[in-house]
Amino acid sequence: MSDSLKKKLKLKVSAINDGTVIDHIPSENLFKVISILGLEKVKSQITFGFNFESEKMGSKAIIKVSDVFFEDDEINKISLIARNAKLNIIRDYEVVEKRVVEVPDKVIGIVKCFNPKCITNNEEITTYFNVISKNPLDLKCKYCEKITHEHQMVIK
Amino acid sequence: MKKKDLISITDYSKEDYLRILELAADFEENPNQRLLEGKVVASLFFEPSTRTRLSFETAINRLGGRIIGFSDAGSSSVSKGETLHDTTRMVSNYVDLIVMRHPLEGSARYAAEVADVPVINAGDGANQHPTQTLLDMYSILKTQGTLDNINIFIIGDLKYGRTVHSLLMALSEFENPIFNFIAPEELAMPEEYKLFLKDKGIRYFEHTEINENINHADIIYMTRVQKERFMDPIEYEKVKNVYILKNNMLKDTKPNMRILHPLPRINEIHTDVDKNEKAYYFTQARNGVFTRQAIIAHILNLK
Repeated sequence: MSDSLKKKLKLKVSAINDGTVIDHIPSENLFKVISILGLEKVKSQITFGFNFESEKMGSKAIIKVSDVFFEDDEINKISLIARNAKLNIIRDYEVVEKRVVEVPDKVIGIVKCFNPKCITNNEEITTYFNVISKNPLDLKCKYCEKITHEHQMVIK
Repeated sequence: MKKKDLISITDYSKEDYLRILELAADFEENPNQRLLEGKVVASLFFEPSTRTRLSFETAINRLGGRIIGFSDAGSSSVSKGETLHDTTRMVSNYVDLIVMRHPLEGSARYAAEVADVPVINAGDGANQHPTQTLLDMYSILKTQGTLDNINIFIIGDLKYGRTVHSLLMALSEFENPIFNFIAPEELAMPEEYKLFLKDKGIRYFEHTEINENINHADIIYMTRVQKERFMDPIEYEKVKNVYILKNNMLKDTKPNMRILHPLPRINEIHTDVDKNEKAYYFTQARNGVFTRQAIIAHILNLK
């Protein structure tokens, strides 16, 4: 069997007609990505897998969502935990567009402020950060004005 | 019209600062102006702060306004577990302006989002205390005649001292300031503020002891070195007496030099300095009333 045929067959197994394939998600963050994108509420067919071998990442996860196409704002939310995620937009079984995720300028919700004395950690308030550096990631809390650095980031 | 709040000193522009300082001078000349007649102001002190509260309440009284509120969370519905959100929503229905002090950082910004009336931050934990900064600026302006070309020595806890950080940001808006920082290593000015000055091309110098360098100062801004900031009590013992300003250190300082302190003072300014005409901290506290009258007038467009 030729390599391309193998690849095709492999793809066929879970190929989707129309929708979005999110590739190169760190395996350990798969469920956080599902939660951030609210995929548990999506009615169409979703397949996902993790602990796939990846040359670049060691281990990666993939999500295939039928009939759902994400807005940039929406998909960029996952950039915080899946920096190198790649999107394939599928129409009629063909990849019609490839996209990468970008760290947005503002991060609303998703991340906890690292400062235990911040009001957002003491009352039911949606966190809000201005991104002051994208690499490494530095998030400045709109409320307490403290900076949550990448290594301090906890996903809500 | 969008309501004006005062949450963080950086919310305001240089023009706003100058407008408020001009109003403060006007209130100093004529403190009793009944511009708040018929208005009610909430003074919500979720943690006690005698000086700030009395200063605000005096300012409101001199403007002819009425005050509702509480002076510590124990005597409010907070002790029953009410959220800041609900307290603010409720009070916002009753009054024309909210003055708020709260132990949690970011609480004032949040309250301003929830309230329909303007909010003045009278201190949110270790974060911001913008009215202190404005009264510090008013004191510098009054004693030096200008906010440009000020050589300021800031001494004590430069790491956690919120008033110091806000003053640094505000003075950086003016021409050619020179900053001198004197602090133990453990309480040195954080990198982010030094970077901020570097980016703006503003000169600063760091020292670890009070010496004859202070003879160049226009302003000496003292703060308290707080014992509870030190992980190791021995470290505190080592530095606690290094940062005490005594009268004999002042004999060669410039005639225009004035000593500021946000108060309360513990022992960092020896009482023998109090008699020196260069000691300005009690007048500085008095300036707080005029500055707060000015801030209220500015926010409510009373003048």
